[in-house]
Order: sequence, then C-alpha cells, then structure tokens
Amino acid sequence: MPAVSMTVNGTPVTADIDPRTLLVQFLREHLRLTGTHVGCDTSQCGACVVHVNGEAVKSCAMLAVQADGAEVLTIEGVAQGDTLHPMQEAFRDNHGLQCGFCTPGMIMTALDMVRRLGPVLDDHTIREELEGNLCRCTGYHNIVKSIAAGARAMAADDTPRRAAAE
Amino acid sequence: MYDFTYHKAASLDDAAKLLASAVDAKPIAGGQSLLPMMKFRLASPSDLVDLGTIAGLDRIEAEGGTLTLGAMCRHGAVCTSEVVQKTLPALAHLAGLIGDPAVRHRGTLGGSLANNDPTADYPAAAVSLGATIVTSKREIAAEDFFTGLFETALEPDEIVVAARFPVPEKAAYEKFRNPASRYAMVGVFVAKFPDVVRVAVTGAGASGVFRVPSFEEALSKDFSADALKGLSISTDGLAGDIHASAEYRAHLVGVMARRAVAAANG
Repeated sequence: MPAVSMTVNGTPVTADIDPRTLLVQFLREHLRLTGTHVGCDTSQCGACVVHVNGEAVKSCAMLAVQADGAEVLTIEGVAQGDTLHPMQEAFRDNHGLQCGFCTPGMIMTALDMVRRLGPVLDDHTIREELEGNLCRCTGYHNIVKSIAAGARAMAADDTPRRAAAE
Repeated sequence: MYDFTYHKAASLDDAAKLLASAVDAKPIAGGQSLLPMMKFRLASPSDLVDLGTIAGLDRIEAEGGTLTLGAMCRHGAVCTSEVVQKTLPALAHLAGLIGDPAVRHRGTLGGSLANNDPTADYPAAAVSLGATIVTSKREIAAEDFFTGLFETALEPDEIVVAARFPVPEKAAYEKFRNPASRYAMVGVFVAKFPDVVRVAVTGAGASGVFRVPSFEEALSKDFSADALKGLSISTDGLAGDIHASAEYRAHLVGVMARRAVAAANG
C-alpha cells in the first residue's frame, strides 16, 4: 500500500493507505476528523470542502494519494482553541445554519471566497460562488448574510491564523 | 470504486511508459470527471498514472497570435489569468463557467479535452478556435481530435501536453445550463478570424461537439446576430432526453449562437 504524508491542520501525518482512499475518507476514517462531511459523494453538495495548499477542493473528488505532500486545512483547524473563527462566529450570529450538515463545507468555501475575492462581497457574488454547496434547510438567505458579515469581520480581525485566513 | 494500482509519474516519458505497461491504465489529471466515474464503476482502470506530479505542464503563454495553455492548467487558473483575459477573454469566461469554484481548482484543460464529455465546454472552444492539441507524440487539429462520445484520437499511451489556440478577432461563448447539473444543455462558441468564422456547439450533439456550416456561411458574410435570423439546424444527430428534446436543443443552438455573436460584437 502506498504511503502518504501530508500536513493536516498544522500537524504532519503519515499513513499507508489503499490507493482508492478518497481524501475525505482519509480525513474522517483514518484521522477521525469527522467535521468534514460526506453529503452526496458525487461532488455536487460541497459538504466535504477542505483546503488543499490553500485552495478549496471537494475532498470526495480527490484521492488521498493526490494530496501527498500537501497542506490540508479542515473545519477543525479553523478556530483558535475555544475561540471561533470570525466566519464561524458570523454563521452563529446570523442563523446561518439549521441542521448544520452543510456548514463545514459552507465555511471552508466562504473562507476561500474571501481569499480570492476580498472581504467586500455582495449578495450576488456570494450566491454565484456558492454554486457548489447545497443546503437543504435554510434557503441560503442567512448563509449569504453570514458570509458577507464573516468576510467583513475577517477584514477587521488581526488574529494570526493558519493558511485559510491568509 | 474498484481497486487499482497508483503511480506517480516523474515525467511525461515516465507517464507514457507506465500507461503502455499496464493492461488498462489511465492517466489522471484533476480527476473531477474520472474519479466520479470510477465511483459509479463506469470506469475501472487497472492502473492510474498521476500527471499532477509532472512539473511544467501548467504554463500559460501568449505569443505571435497564439495562446498556449499547458494541459494541467486548472480551470480556475485559466479563468483568472491576466494573459488569458487579455488575449482571449472568451476562453477565460468559458473556464469560469465550468463546474463550481472547488471543481475549478482541480479540473484541468487537458483532462477536459481528453475526456471529451459531450456536454463539456472546452471542446467547443477548441473546435471553434481551430486549436491544435499537442500530445506526447504529435500535434492534432481539434477537429480530428474529437472523434465521438467520450472518444478522442488519443492512443492509450498518448498524453495531452498543451493546447494552442489561435487568437481570433472576436469570440464569445454562450452556455445554456441544465439547471440541475449545470452542465451545458447547449453551449455555442463563435470565433471570427480574418478569413473564417467557426461556430462550434457542445451539449446538443449525441456524439459530442460539432460545427454549424450554415451559420458559419451566414456569419462570414455578415458577422451579426441578425445574419442568423431564420436559420435553424436539423435535429438529426442531436441528443434528446428527459431534460430537453432534440427539437428544443436545436432551437437553443440558434438562440445561443445569436447571443454569442452579439456578445462577441460587444
């Protein structure tokens, strides 16, 4: 079995895995980081979005062996201890979640959005950018509000953070 | 998905050797189509040869009226590249319409061309622009490259290295998306060169991308949306399914072509 090494949320990990192991399976089943969810397993829903080398990807559509040597950031690596990331806080403040299943993917997508497009995001842009993330509870309205507020809060936040917020 | 043996290719030569040495080996680039197909067991390669570890396949260069994109250029990189936006904005626009932001971070130009999904966007651009597909063995004109449904002229151990796009005077791509899958129900790429106009259609053909000679002839005389008024295409060879009948797709080809010409004329 091939060996893979990667850095997940700042921690180096190495494992011998079956090559068909998806990145999301590796995260959830080998590392027990179950914050990254599997909704559809067909790269439609975005519940499995994580960052690989700073970019949002669907971890159900990537083999773990393809992430060999990469820096991976999951939802577990976003908060600083007990202090939520401003984007997480914004989802809480704005009722950006109901059941919460899609939320990890929404937040990882939102952070990627801010990285690429900056902290001032209008509703239309946010809705377009959420094309690959499905929510079956909220009707998206509060998710869009949360992301706009989270993006603004990130601009005002000067806490040093891992790759996602850089 | 079924089990397979995984190889990291050190170079193009290495990848070609690995592909030739296994029974049913396939190259993997971004994997945004191949991995879902393997999960559905629609593809079950014995070996996967990862091209992601080969350096230098993601160059973007504009020189002498030609835009050259390396096969491993990710859709997101093509969409946001200043070089592409400046020299061939229609192609940057097209890349930004593929999948969603996360898919665009992984999916590649070469993978899209080699997969030749009948609803993929890049084949329409390649045919309309008269692109040359550069492989590890030869150069293939786009029209000879796409040979049918998920079929190309590629040999089993042949790898797409780059695509060269002649820069047109004007071009535009208009896509009517399937509202659920967001793939092209019909996508029309129109390109105007000094001596020729080409109109290529994706999404509508039962066997993939095709050109529309009657539209091209009309646009060669008068490159305006009005020149296409009253023209339509036959439903022969068009796809019809629960999403859209062949008649509806034929209608959309006309609508999207007119929109594309209008957009190209800006």
